[in-house]
Amino acid sequence: MPEGISNEGIGASVRRKEDKKFLTGKGRYTDDISRPGQLHAYFIRSDVAHANINSIDTSAAAKADGVVAIYTGDDVAADGIGGPICGWVVPNRDGTSTHEPPHPILAQGKVRYVGDHVVAIVAETLEQAKSAAELVKISYEELAPVVDLAAASSGAQIHDGMAENRYFDWELGDEAGTEAALNAAARVIKLTVRNNRLIPNAMEPRAAVAEYDDISETYTLYTTSQNPHLTRLVIGAFMLNIPESKLHVVAPDVGGGFGSKIYVYPEEAVCTWVCKKLGRPVKWTADRTQSFLSDAHGRDHINNVQLALDENNRITGLRVDTLANLGGYLSAFAVVTPTYLHGTLLSGCYDIPVIYTNVKGMATTTAPVDAYRGAGRPEATYLLERTMDAAAHEIGMDPAEFRRLNFIPKDAFPYQTAVALQYDTGDYEAPLDRALEMIDYKNFEARRVEAAKRGKYRGIGLSSYIEACGIAPSAVVGALGGRVGLYESAVVRVDPTGTVNVFTGTHSHGQGHVTTFAQIVADKLGIPIGNVEIIHGDTDRIPFGMGSYGSRSLAVGGAAISKAVDKVIEKGKIIAAHLLEASEADMEFRDGKFTVAGTDNEKSFGEIALAAYVPHNYPMDRLEPGLEETAFYDPLNFTYPAGTHVAEVEIDPATGVVEVVDWACCDDFGNLVNPMIVEGQVHGGIAQGIGQALLENAHYDEHGQLLTASYMDYCMPRADNLPSFKVDYTVTPCTHNDLGVKGCGEAGAIASPPALINAVINALSPLGVTDMSMPATPEKVWRAINDAQASAAE
Amino acid sequence: MPQINLKVNGKEEQRTVPDNTLLVDFLRETLGLTGTHVGCDTSQCGACVVHVDGVSVKSCTMLAAQADGCDVTTIEGIGTSDNLHPMQEAFHEHHGLQCGFCTPGMVMSAIEFVSKNKNPSEAEIRDALEGNICRCTGYHNIVKAVQSAAQKMGG
Ligand code: FES
Ligand code: FES
Repeated sequence: MPEGISNEGIGASVRRKEDKKFLTGKGRYTDDISRPGQLHAYFIRSDVAHANINSIDTSAAAKADGVVAIYTGDDVAADGIGGPICGWVVPNRDGTSTHEPPHPILAQGKVRYVGDHVVAIVAETLEQAKSAAELVKISYEELAPVVDLAAASSGAQIHDGMAENRYFDWELGDEAGTEAALNAAARVIKLTVRNNRLIPNAMEPRAAVAEYDDISETYTLYTTSQNPHLTRLVIGAFMLNIPESKLHVVAPDVGGGFGSKIYVYPEEAVCTWVCKKLGRPVKWTADRTQSFLSDAHGRDHINNVQLALDENNRITGLRVDTLANLGGYLSAFAVVTPTYLHGTLLSGCYDIPVIYTNVKGMATTTAPVDAYRGAGRPEATYLLERTMDAAAHEIGMDPAEFRRLNFIPKDAFPYQTAVALQYDTGDYEAPLDRALEMIDYKNFEARRVEAAKRGKYRGIGLSSYIEACGIAPSAVVGALGGRVGLYESAVVRVDPTGTVNVFTGTHSHGQGHVTTFAQIVADKLGIPIGNVEIIHGDTDRIPFGMGSYGSRSLAVGGAAISKAVDKVIEKGKIIAAHLLEASEADMEFRDGKFTVAGTDNEKSFGEIALAAYVPHNYPMDRLEPGLEETAFYDPLNFTYPAGTHVAEVEIDPATGVVEVVDWACCDDFGNLVNPMIVEGQVHGGIAQGIGQALLENAHYDEHGQLLTASYMDYCMPRADNLPSFKVDYTVTPCTHNDLGVKGCGEAGAIASPPALINAVINALSPLGVTDMSMPATPEKVWRAINDAQASAAE
Repeated sequence: MPQINLKVNGKEEQRTVPDNTLLVDFLRETLGLTGTHVGCDTSQCGACVVHVDGVSVKSCTMLAAQADGCDVTTIEGIGTSDNLHPMQEAFHEHHGLQCGFCTPGMVMSAIEFVSKNKNPSEAEIRDALEGNICRCTGYHNIVKAVQSAAQKMGG
């Protein structure tokens, strides 16, 4: 590494290149964009959960001040506009496929959740559109709502031709083998676990600005998207039926996503559809209540778990039966999240000889449910890690030791699980040991005694998780019902002066790619990171991309960049050999220099770049001028981050408030490119997980009204709800990408809810409490304490 | 429609605005100062915090007309990219931001807080930021940033 840049390469905690614009208010989010002459769209949403639409009268609204146009489902149907599509389907147990009902962008004939899009009003100002909305009369014939997941199959039919409100009934694993293991077990641990429904709540609400240029006949859509190319594909090819080349999608600065901005939603499609009809740009921005009502929600599973143990406390089998609530329509990843991203993770970090799972994806009259930070993996980890604690409790073994006993040993990799995945590498004891040491696990009892003197219940809980990141490879994804490839693209364009532009198909909405990716390129090319620009989020500039979700950006997108840089270096070697009149086989590239092995004949990277663009002395018979390479990288496997999180809590019996007093975690993300950024990702994930475990819950009443539709009712974690976190790492590099990286964005949200609930139950276990559902709100905890005390007194 | 006179980031502004225009909309749409963000409609998130006569205010809860005669400072008036305010610098140094959407409001709230409390404890900082939501960072690094800025700003 040349002088002066040794602190910028892979492994350095480089300060983020992207910070200054955000810190000074110069970020450019979608709602910051306004186009001359723009109109404003406002959506009238259903205020009932389930109803036939008898009539919609827009006549008075059409005459209101400033109103330019009003659209209903009839207009959508008349123009042949399609709806959002499902990106993945799975087979049913009986061999049929997932039921995929239509999802019109404005309701046609029926509404299926509170918040469903019914009418779009376009006016000169947003205020005018909103006022006009008051004049629209919609007559509904109300139908029975279907809200209770456990009873959804016997509820009123939500979609025509769909039996028992079931989108799919999927299975994985060996049912007969698992039943045999359960029958032969020395002990069977049985548990019902509910994973509460969450709302992602990226701080930036969704927004769209669409415009049409009638000279080039091109649409431009600025939108809050985690994957602009898929937005272009879905809106262009499946919804509006326009050539993809005529739709330019830009996802500028995006204020967080956490999964909710993966999908294409009706609003952005409506804006794109009508901007051409009206000949003016159309803008829409959600307010927070609209976000609560219609952003895809997360989680919402009921799991019945049976874990078989032999007389030595080794796990011999696992059966999980899951009901997954998918809401009123199937969102893009709604099917894959509770199936292939959930069922395949049920082996966790453990050596489990036989596993069977059945998942029923249910329709209810609630907002669509889809992937939210972790997507299936948090749900799997929660049920498994709660079960591990319940088992340890029942057999009277220390929960850490029970896990250790059942871990896949570190010499057993690659390890084929009973549920399809093959883990390439790992060492699960190392992070367990480190996390226990960081929290001083062995002296916990003394702290519990001390807390008791202060009248507090103190508890400790852990979870050891594994995650499958960087969903891949395309061939496997396709065989399992995925409708897209899961590679990533990168272009590395070297300028004549040796500076570099990198175009990546991933998308950054807070993860710091602009810095991390620049570090990779700078490190490999031996140039300062200031000479590397990372460009993302624009379909006109990037060949293709699959966006960012599932912690795929570094393991897939970063690996694609690395591969493109390798191609640049290979070409550079040929140019350098020509200039130095040496054999190509003798060329080496190190520290930014092409050198003839064993000599001091060398050319700098900048000289080679210049020669490529000023090819006066150039191997023209072999090479084209220019120095720009493209790579499409399709990984061989998922990557498998793993680790252990430990939570320590104190509970005040007078109030039921759970205070998180300490948190330690040790994760194995493979190699770290920027430890500072990785740590930030871990913090954010833990905070969302603590939110799920203690505070957050999307609550529908029995009529299907969302009672938690604002920050006054939905409890978001704030600074004073959280502790500081102790974070450390172990490293087993991924074996199948050349960076050796695994992914870190979701780990915290996956590992933390079970650790925390295990800690709460541990705190209350002296009272005889053995279960606690999420979120462990003060009221719920207070009741558990009082009920336990009352039954002890009897 | 009232006419209002106010100073925004040191610059005199004289505008006519409808009575029901919120200060945040006035800043974003009329003046084009889009650094102040809107994250909610119930005044809970703090993405819109600005200073009005030196005091932190959620600009989504104030009418533009109420700012008549006031001195308003937004994130754009705090520091520039070559000359960051110590609080901005501390957020950069301690990785106190990810997507950056909550950041302007966080920085504005934090600046007012440390101007009143030069040597805050972690608990005091967490308490002071209770009106601002960040969904990305988990607050850990924001707390560190505020603590370090407080020291630099004369703790
Ligand atoms: S926008 Fe003002 S507090 Fe949320
Ligand atoms: S940095 Fe994204 S909300 Fe705070």
